[in-house]
Amino acid sequence: MSDATEGMDPAVKQTSAELATGVDTDTILQTDGLTKRFGGLTAIDDVDFGVEAGELRCLIGPNGAGKSTLLNLITGALSPSEGAVYFKGHEITGLDPHERIRHGLSIKFQVPSVYEDLTVRENVRLPIQRLASGTERDERMADALAASGLADKADIEASALSHGEQQQLEIGMAASLDPDLLLLDEPVAGLSVDEREEIADRITQLNEERSIAFVVIEHDTDFVADIADHITVLHQGETFREGSIEEIEADPEVQRIYLGGETDA
Amino acid sequence: MAVGLDLLVQFFPNFASIVLAATGLAIIFGIMGIINLAHGEFIMVGAFSTSLAYNGGIPFLPIDALPGLGRLIGAMLFAALVTALFGLLVERTIISGAIPNWIAERTVGHPVITPLYDRLLDSMVATWGLSLIMVQTFRNVFGNSLSGVPIPFGKLSYGNSSIGLYQVLLAGVAALVLVGLYLLFVRTDYGMRARATIQNESMAQSLGVNTERTYMATFALGSGLAGLTGALYAPLLSIEPGLGAAFLVDAFVAVVVGGSSVVVGTLLSGGLLGIVDTLFSNVYGTFAGRIALLIVAIVLIRFIPEGLSSLVERLRERRLEVD
Repeated sequence: MSDATEGMDPAVKQTSAELATGVDTDTILQTDGLTKRFGGLTAIDDVDFGVEAGELRCLIGPNGAGKSTLLNLITGALSPSEGAVYFKGHEITGLDPHERIRHGLSIKFQVPSVYEDLTVRENVRLPIQRLASGTERDERMADALAASGLADKADIEASALSHGEQQQLEIGMAASLDPDLLLLDEPVAGLSVDEREEIADRITQLNEERSIAFVVIEHDTDFVADIADHITVLHQGETFREGSIEEIEADPEVQRIYLGGETDA
Repeated sequence: MAVGLDLLVQFFPNFASIVLAATGLAIIFGIMGIINLAHGEFIMVGAFSTSLAYNGGIPFLPIDALPGLGRLIGAMLFAALVTALFGLLVERTIISGAIPNWIAERTVGHPVITPLYDRLLDSMVATWGLSLIMVQTFRNVFGNSLSGVPIPFGKLSYGNSSIGLYQVLLAGVAALVLVGLYLLFVRTDYGMRARATIQNESMAQSLGVNTERTYMATFALGSGLAGLTGALYAPLLSIEPGLGAAFLVDAFVAVVVGGSSVVVGTLLSGGLLGIVDTLFSNVYGTFAGRIALLIVAIVLIRFIPEGLSSLVERLRERRLEVD
């Protein structure tokens, strides 16, 4: 484990046994010694990553740091070489992706992944149809459309939406699953300033009003500063630093590895 | 006038034969990315099951107590169900490898089979092998042929000609199958899951869709439709182990010409290929009809490689842009 973990939140240092028995109900997600190797390359190296309920965490790091790999290990899209993932006190390492979703984990991918051939309404129906039927389904679909800010475009095909609107729709779809934790992989990549503000508003609104915890991977430091409670810096597959935006921005080592700045060290 | 009526009446059985042969294959190809070269043998399972059920009865289901037509319909539905269950077994063993992998994980400690989803060439080799095994197994178990099934409804006379009413009615069944599939894919929860899984499997999983179960249901549905086709054609065929080969050619050509959309593609290709087959068979004979059908398919694939349904899609997109 990297030295940076010495300054970590005490909850992060809980043992897997404590988490499995649900001793600390504040920690919603915990990875324990998570490692992923692709042949000779270790993309994620013995990472202990914890997120508390209702927290808005940003995960940053230079390209190739292992951010997306870590998210894929959490969602089950990839299987770890070693280590375990705990969610709400239960080990989910062996579960299929759709089973993890049903435990309250949700993800929005880096590339906008709405169903372009389906209408906006059909897109929001897909996650909701498993959870509700009849009138309740209609109500939840209406809520999801409103939460996406796309109620007036419900009956057009998702392919006709702008890039920013597709991002909004995807966040709305992920949120309609009523998750406890929502993982967002670069939600504002390629968006205009206005669209970034719109996405930031949606994320903070969902976080505050529905107490959804977030892990957001993002390169845009202004966006990160706007939304994050807490930041984790990943470097070469390891947890490099954790702290507030001020602490991370002031850290010369982070400047060196992530921002490319000069340091006195 | 008489020639026109003659062509129209002969078009119905040709349309029915192409559409019914193709739907099961189209569903499995369109949703799972698998070309099932054992599709003809799944049709054979349907025909054999119909013959066995009609002539020998079904344990615990006294269909032989029903009047003639009821007994036939009961046998046909039973055959479709048997083929769907057989398809489910094939999906779990050969296509997904779930059962062999379950055993392997408990013996050698790791899975041994990678699922055939979206592996076109691999799926063709695997299912071709399955078709060879099925034909020879059926020949060994049941012999070279089984007792036939009577053709219901008698003849339909028009002008100086006549045709089996049952063959004409099959076109109605084919249309009903297409309407049913349209409603299934557009109106039901399963249809939403299937359409989502086709477009982006990992996205569907991230929205809580059990894509493995969707694949299982899809393969069983496609197999059941193949079984229904075999059942519907059991009265018209000699029930022997090689009967699936002719269906596979029609089905394969129709799916390639139709494109990725199961309902629209199959409807268009069934209609067009049915017209070509009818015209050329009527004027130059059955052999010329088959040659013409294949030539039209080759020309269409050359100029519209994504199939007829892609034309409809392009027209729709253009209309949306204009709006």
